[in-house]
Amino acid sequence: MSRQHYLKAGEVAFSKMDKVSAELLALTYGSLVTQLLKDKEEIESVNVQLEKMGYNIGIRLVDEFLAKSGIGPCQDFRDTAEVIAKVALKMFLNVTADVTGWNSDLTACTLVLHDNPLNEFVELPASMAGLKYGELICGVIRGGLEQVHMRVSCTFVKDVLKGDDTSEIALEFKEILKEEFVDEDE
Amino acid sequence: MATVYVFVIVGKGDQLLYEADLSSAGKRDDSPHLDQFILHAALDMVDAQVFHTQQMYLKLVDKFNEFFVSGYVTAGHIKLMLLHKHRNEDNIKNFFQEVHDLYIRTLLNPFYEVNRPIYSSGFDKRVKQAGKKYLT
Repeated sequence: MSRQHYLKAGEVAFSKMDKVSAELLALTYGSLVTQLLKDKEEIESVNVQLEKMGYNIGIRLVDEFLAKSGIGPCQDFRDTAEVIAKVALKMFLNVTADVTGWNSDLTACTLVLHDNPLNEFVELPASMAGLKYGELICGVIRGGLEQVHMRVSCTFVKDVLKGDDTSEIALEFKEILKEEFVDEDE
Repeated sequence: MATVYVFVIVGKGDQLLYEADLSSAGKRDDSPHLDQFILHAALDMVDAQVFHTQQMYLKLVDKFNEFFVSGYVTAGHIKLMLLHKHRNEDNIKNFFQEVHDLYIRTLLNPFYEVNRPIYSSGFDKRVKQAGKKYLT
């Protein structure tokens, strides 16, 4: 299916969703991150924790996404990346991303975010250079895809908060998870 | 001769949050050390006047020789104060309102702790821009 098709599907899905004030979201997320920074000693463990929280959101959110977006099965991983960039991000965050930088095997790409509502008002102090502020989103993507039997790795590689021109998420396909059947008689 | 504009933000408990010298370049014929004393002395005048008006902009709050002190108090009782020698109420009011806006944006940044000094370089830059725009 084409990009235009996905863009439209994203608009439709977004219009169906309940809305919440962007400021409320940004401030809530901001206090969540700063509280984590107070609780954890190292910035790296904050990144890990944010990713874990995102993962737990993702494994639940994917069901809502598939139920409300009307998106059918994806043909390949390229398709999946487009759906995330154009439909899923639009539906939940009202942003879209461009999918670029495919490797030759078509297993790794970069999502270039046009905007990030979580970044509103945020100015990272120099001492927080190691913090991946939006890492929660990466966790959501990983969790969501794991529920549909795809193991991926996902992380921020560029961030406007750190002075880069764009925010970019690196997405890499690892493997298709097999269903494990447990025979109860054994 | 330089035109004198010294701007400070004072928080709760008279804690200094931010300080900027927005004076134009050039030699001053008085001692810059006086600035802090005069602003400091004006704090009590601000506290006295803040309940006499509903406006945030308090206009002139204090005088010392040829110096004037203008004040502006936000809803959270953060005091913006400007030391100056020229009377120019409209421009000073506009300047305060713009800095108030900038302060609110800083306050919304989750990494800024309330009533702590403001170290943000973006804030500093924008305050100086506002100073150039309104106070020259």
